[in-house]
Amino acid sequence: MTGTAILSTHGLVGGYGDFQALFGIDLHLLQGEVIALIGANGAGKSTFLKSVFGLLPVGRDMVRYEGVPVGGTPAHKMVGRGLAMVPEGRRLFAGMTVEENMRVAIDHARLPESEGQWTRDRLFELFPILREKRNQPIEDLSGGQQQMVAISRALLCQPRVLLCDELSLGLAPRVIREIYAVLPEIISGGTSIVLVEQDVSLAREASNRLYCMLEGRITLTGNSNEISRDQIAAAYFGASNAVA
Amino acid sequence: MQWLDAIVQGVLLGGMYAQYALGMALMFGVMRIVNIAHGDVMILLSLIAVSLAGVLPFGNIGLVLVIVPIAVAIGWILQKVILNRVVGADPLPSLIATFGLSIALQNLMLEIWSADTRSLPNSDIASASFQIGPIYLGLLPVIVLVCAFVIAGGLDAVLRYTRFGRGLRAAAADTEAAAMTGVDPKRIYATATAIAVGILGLAAIFAALRATVSPSDGPAQLIYAFEAVIIGGMGSIWGAFLGAMVLGIAQAVGLRVDPGLGILFGHLVFLLVLATRPEGIMARKK
Repeated sequence: MTGTAILSTHGLVGGYGDFQALFGIDLHLLQGEVIALIGANGAGKSTFLKSVFGLLPVGRDMVRYEGVPVGGTPAHKMVGRGLAMVPEGRRLFAGMTVEENMRVAIDHARLPESEGQWTRDRLFELFPILREKRNQPIEDLSGGQQQMVAISRALLCQPRVLLCDELSLGLAPRVIREIYAVLPEIISGGTSIVLVEQDVSLAREASNRLYCMLEGRITLTGNSNEISRDQIAAAYFGASNAVA
Repeated sequence: MQWLDAIVQGVLLGGMYAQYALGMALMFGVMRIVNIAHGDVMILLSLIAVSLAGVLPFGNIGLVLVIVPIAVAIGWILQKVILNRVVGADPLPSLIATFGLSIALQNLMLEIWSADTRSLPNSDIASASFQIGPIYLGLLPVIVLVCAFVIAGGLDAVLRYTRFGRGLRAAAADTEAAAMTGVDPKRIYATATAIAVGILGLAAIFAALRATVSPSDGPAQLIYAFEAVIIGGMGSIWGAFLGAMVLGIAQAVGLRVDPGLGILFGHLVFLLVLATRPEGIMARKK
């Protein structure tokens, strides 16, 4: 982890049409770092990720990638710059096989598979079940297996920053552990991660720093291992604003 | 023997319908864009071909080399200027926009070409035929069928095995998720519509060689294309091809029963498939 912010937001405001969901978010992600974004339903976590990734309109200066203003750049171009996303609900391509889902990412990745850090073989080592299921339609996979494909698809974009939205949503605890176990492997290659997570314990364990959101605002930031449960509870439910 | 002849002639007629339907299979079956102007664009291209044939010293192959690029350009512009603004999960906006385009095109064609029927000048190909056993086959319908078969095979292979095909299927499945994976949905849709209308360019020349066309013919071609895609199964290129064959055979058999029943038989078979297998003959299992 180095002291240079690879991704940062500056007074980020955004939302859906006339509905404003984000109110001046300042956040930064260092190279090789994992930050967790926690908060209750409707806090604006997913909206934040979508705004950063170019899926919702924001001002150009509100998002910077390696110091360069990139706010509002369309998502497909953000992939070319080095961002990738594991969306909430996985959103795999129905009617296509596991391999085809992966191939879409390879076809449009920042780097060719042969030059990139992530290859299908490496991902099949990480998620062996996917090697067996590679020619099966995506609909035939369990929720956990689909999440593995969603992560693989994002990694095959060869990202430098990975945005993960609710990796644990709807999965059994054993499967969640299995999926979170691969995060160190992802970080070891220098990829930075923004992790949106509702499970606070999981978020604290997996991240270096933590941001808590409430009603479109950051209510708590600090090192994950230094923030107490009481501070999180206060920030999560809005008892007070705090910086640990 | 007359029924065998009806089936053979139906297959050949199906070749023409397949050419109408393959572009529709790409736009409606894969991309879920309802293009009501599909038939009118084809008639427009036929009329452009008829007009060009009168002034340019091209043979039919030369005409194909001019009309297909024009069709590709029309498809690209159609998607960029109109359809990309209305494409989404809800098919209604594209339906309304192309319905308006359909009316505008029909009136434009009436203004330019009047309501007269027109066709390309008779050529040797259009009147040539050969005999296999007791059945006579027209050379042009056989060429149309072979072209439709080759286009269906090519299109299916493109969708399955190419970067463009995977990107298009991904964008059709989930436009936003495709963008998250690096696909530019608007660009890929514009390319797909250019291909779909490009196929119509070829169909337009064959249609004007085979019979007459007039500005009001578009909606009938649209219906045949829709029926073929739905009979075959949404999302399946070979399904659309097969659907066109079923439609052609039904019409040819209906014609043998009574000369006034041909078109009706096609519609009845379409309704029968809708009632008994609404997902289409070749639809993938969910």
